Amino acid sequence: MKNLKFGVIIAVVVATIAWLAFDGATASTAYYKNVSEVNKMGDRALGKRFKVGGDVVKGSIKRNGTEVSFQIVELNNANPGQVLKVTYTGNDPLPDTFRDGAQALADGRMNADGTFTANHVQAKCASKYEAKPGQIKPGTDPSHTSKPTSRS
Amino acid sequence: MENLGSLALLLAFCVSIFALVCSVTGALRKNLYLIAAGQRAVYVVWALITTASGILVYGLVSGDYRMMYVATHANKAMPWVYKISAWWGGQEGSLLFWSWILSCYGVAVVFTNRKQFKTMMPWVVGIMSFTQTFFLVLNNFVVPPFTVWAIGRGIITLPDGQGLNPLLQTPSMAIHPPMLYLGYVGFIAPFAFAIGSLINKQPGDEWIHTTRRWTLITWLFQTIGVTLGMGWAYYVLGWGGYWVWDPVENASVLPWITATAFLHSVMMQEKKGMMKVWNMVLVSATFFLCIFGTMLTRSGIVQSVHAFGISSIGNYFAVFLAISIAATVWLILDRLDFLKSESQLESVVSRESTFLFNNLLLLASCFAVLWGTLFPIISEAIGGEKIGVDAPFFNRVNVPIGLFLLFLTGVGPLVAWRRSSIESLKKNFLWPTVGMFVLMIVLFGAGMRSLYALMSFGLCLFVTMTIFSEFIKGTLVIMQKESMNVVRAVVELTHRNTRRYGGYLVHMGVVVMFIGFTGAAFNQDAVIEAALGETFHLGRYDMKITEVKDGETENYAWMKAVVDVSVGGEHIDTLSPERRVYKSSRQPGSNVDIRRRLNEDLFLNFAAMSQKGNGAVIQAYIFPLVSWIWVGFWVVLFGTLVCLVPAKIKYSYARTEVIGTATNVPREAHAKT
Repeated sequence: MKNLKFGVIIAVVVATIAWLAFDGATASTAYYKNVSEVNKMGDRALGKRFKVGGDVVKGSIKRNGTEVSFQIVELNNANPGQVLKVTYTGNDPLPDTFRDGAQALADGRMNADGTFTANHVQAKCASKYEAKPGQIKPGTDPSHTSKPTSRS
Repeated sequence: MENLGSLALLLAFCVSIFALVCSVTGALRKNLYLIAAGQRAVYVVWALITTASGILVYGLVSGDYRMMYVATHANKAMPWVYKISAWWGGQEGSLLFWSWILSCYGVAVVFTNRKQFKTMMPWVVGIMSFTQTFFLVLNNFVVPPFTVWAIGRGIITLPDGQGLNPLLQTPSMAIHPPMLYLGYVGFIAPFAFAIGSLINKQPGDEWIHTTRRWTLITWLFQTIGVTLGMGWAYYVLGWGGYWVWDPVENASVLPWITATAFLHSVMMQEKKGMMKVWNMVLVSATFFLCIFGTMLTRSGIVQSVHAFGISSIGNYFAVFLAISIAATVWLILDRLDFLKSESQLESVVSRESTFLFNNLLLLASCFAVLWGTLFPIISEAIGGEKIGVDAPFFNRVNVPIGLFLLFLTGVGPLVAWRRSSIESLKKNFLWPTVGMFVLMIVLFGAGMRSLYALMSFGLCLFVTMTIFSEFIKGTLVIMQKESMNVVRAVVELTHRNTRRYGGYLVHMGVVVMFIGFTGAAFNQDAVIEAALGETFHLGRYDMKITEVKDGETENYAWMKAVVDVSVGGEHIDTLSPERRVYKSSRQPGSNVDIRRRLNEDLFLNFAAMSQKGNGAVIQAYIFPLVSWIWVGFWVVLFGTLVCLVPAKIKYSYARTEVIGTATNVPREAHAKT
């Protein structure tokens, strides 16, 4: 009797948590894809959430007011010619590590015209630092128009 | 120098194997000489690793850029504190640091217990040496810290290094890793004692008594480490949050969750002789999760912004974990007879049962976090498609669990062992429950509609009232009996049973932290592009960019937006968020500016220069109640320290033996926790 009571309570607790987990999982699933994979999916890609990883094309980062756009290619340009145009519209600051040549992971949805709208971007710094000559102005370098979402 | 360092590490590896072999053979053959040799070898290993570490740190501080590690993690312009913290700022160094802390703990364990536990100690030394050997394998053969440029590259030396990652060049990041490591590595001691007693078929709970304090201290280090990480995420990363359920954050909190469960369930074993198997499982799980956390951070197997990059090191960890887990599981199964429970659960409304549910919930939370963290790997292995889950998943599971745990925090300590009567429940919980509902109704009336926030605030009051009632009751008794004033009586009360009242303080700190977490339900943010002199608003604040300055130091160039903040036309503060570019690494960094107040933080980030009118793009956030998290942390810290003070009165916990069915057990006086 006593053990039954415990069993029932435990079952209820576990079932509730499992349900919450399942519910939460369906609400926040994102598919990890690389650039050529999302490009190939075409219309099937619409409506799903993706995390697309790739290298940020040098010189492609443009800031337009509070919006930032950039292009990514596959890691180490493994599949040349496959480019994805990304527009970042999120409110969170972009990571400090987000810059030309960095590895970025854009989190968002495909648009019908083949561009990608991200509301979240993670970035890892490129493995090698390249020294650029010249004066540095912390607010003007287009590569770090924004701020950290990330930790290293 | 680097040769000497490598040699020291290599010797340490050999001596560590020697310690392992000596201790184990010594224990099996009962040869005291071998056992003593094994213990001394532990000291030697420490000396050798310390030498190696010393050489690395000397290289970092003196700028010996012939060494690869030094050149990639330090530069001349860096302040010396960060030169030292560069020791744990990279893959090779941080694993050496791990090894070093492990060897320090080894010395501490051997030294403090050299005269006791004659039969258990060799096993303890053996287990610690086994782990030490594993880490020395990594230090020597996988990620050696003393590689020089000259090898295979023909570069002899560099004029200057690249410097430490700018994100790590901040005070809290200088002490965050040591704290976490002290907490992670420290769990080896309780684990080693637990397994040692299991191997020996030692009756009783000796290992629990020996390691109680130790467990508490390492738990405290983990708590400090995790909280520092949160604080760092909040003001250094400037993404406007302290927790995003990143895999590496998750890795750091997993062992903390099981350690917390262990701290609670161990009381069941101490006082009732119950849950012995469970405690074994928990202490092992905690230790393995510590190793697993290190593996996640170091191997890059899960995509994370923190990770150190992909490397083969994960395989080594996987092998080590597989061997250790298999051995532990086998050992526990083989010794099940020695872990029989001495009493049974009697009632759903009892202290035992609250412990049970506390454990169940913590474990569920741990499992959910682990599952969510590994989901990309699992889904790829099963369905071939890599699928990730993020914050909404973790929040949906953990928020209700957190609230339930908060509830238990209030209920648990006041429910009697074995069973509780309706009257005692009424006596203890009537007013807190009334208070809870009144507060919830008032907040609802004031326009708060978030169910979880209402529940959280209500429960916070509930728990606070139960804790205060405990202190007040005890204090009044002492004031009367000993005719003391209030302050002395509170101190006396706490001193008499530090574990119990220290525990209440920790619970109180947790409540305060929950108030802070709940504030997140009311965050506001805005991204604003404003020209110089233009005014913008967020919440009740009016802000105006008055100036954009720039300049440089030896280490970095900076740019600063000076923002005047006013409320209702009255100037209240000037904030100046800053952007930096570190010269040697060409890496940007940002320094947000925060106006911290108890009711809310105003958080400004200088995102970029703006094209219009010399202004700036500013990200502004309002974070209500965030400061309560840090305040709560200090309360937790204080409470834990109180727990560590020896109690003035030694309570002896007579085990309640259950003989037959006790139907009319007299209602117990307040159970002494």
